[in-house]
Amino acid sequence: MPTPTDKAILDSLVRNKIGFITSVPCKQLAGVIELVDNHEEIYHIPSNKEDEGMGLCAGAYLGGTRSAIIMQNTALGVAINSLVTLIQYYHIPLPMLISYRGEVGEKVACQVEMAIHTKPLLQQLNIPYFHFTKAEQVNGLDGILQHSQMCKKPIAILADASFWSSAS
Amino acid sequence: MIRYDILKTIAPILKEKLVVCNIGSPSQELYQLLDQPSNFYMFGTMGLCSSIGLGVALVQDQPVIAIDGDGSVLTNLATLSTIANNPADNFILLIVDNGSYGSTGDQPTYAGMATSLTEVARACGCRNVVECSAEETAAELEKALSSGKMTIIISKCQPGNVNVSVIDDDPVNIASRFSNSIKELNS
Repeated sequence: MPTPTDKAILDSLVRNKIGFITSVPCKQLAGVIELVDNHEEIYHIPSNKEDEGMGLCAGAYLGGTRSAIIMQNTALGVAINSLVTLIQYYHIPLPMLISYRGEVGEKVACQVEMAIHTKPLLQQLNIPYFHFTKAEQVNGLDGILQHSQMCKKPIAILADASFWSSAS
Repeated sequence: MIRYDILKTIAPILKEKLVVCNIGSPSQELYQLLDQPSNFYMFGTMGLCSSIGLGVALVQDQPVIAIDGDGSVLTNLATLSTIANNPADNFILLIVDNGSYGSTGDQPTYAGMATSLTEVARACGCRNVVECSAEETAAELEKALSSGKMTIIISKCQPGNVNVSVIDDDPVNIASRFSNSIKELNS
């Protein structure tokens, strides 16, 4: 069941005219994905892998529609080449709503391995990131989405287990 | 016929159409034959030509032709399932299937061996899948455009590249003139 925080994320995406969203699922993102899938102003296209999703998002943006991707932090390992030689190289804005698996509260030990690399990878790639630990930080999402369009860059919203568990 | 011969025969059809072209030799050859603002050349991300093309097709009404290759479709094989399940009737995926990784020295791909991309596309659920010879490609492309149905064309040709130079243009310019073409064509 989507929470009010999931709904607040959806509302922010719609307010910021994000009309095309691709997703690769994560348990923490299930509520947002359900809302996105049911919203008539958003074309939701599930992708098989995150690099494919970035290709779809790039095409939609070039076609005139703002796009975004919803994925896990493990996806960074899949998508680095696409982020660098497509999204960054052609100056395409791409908000990435990322479930930050492997932080405190994580139950699956293997997720911690990629969590350790998440911020260093984003830093190395010069991708701005915003770490969400509390539900009220969702109020900053409008500004982050505008920031991505303004600077035409990928940006990462890292929403960790504390964020999702504080969501009501 | 090799890829360049196919591009030469379809160039008149591509004129003033939205074209997303695969990385490496295909883009370089198209750039030499028919450079136009409505061409999007890929400089990186092997495999994503069909994904970029589908993304463009889903958000606006003009026809989009993605010129892909067998090697790059194999790189992103699941794209065929995404295409089948998100049909856009203004989308044509032209797979130039020369059974080789042309840009890297014509190493053979599995598409030239036991794997049939035509059968894979059909198994993924794509409806209008046409396999044709290099010589038939222009006619099949015309047919697909006038059908108004999403079509996957697999054009079987010989491996080989011609000697053309790399694209000396700025990626941000390529993207912006492509976007502007989309706006103009839709206005």
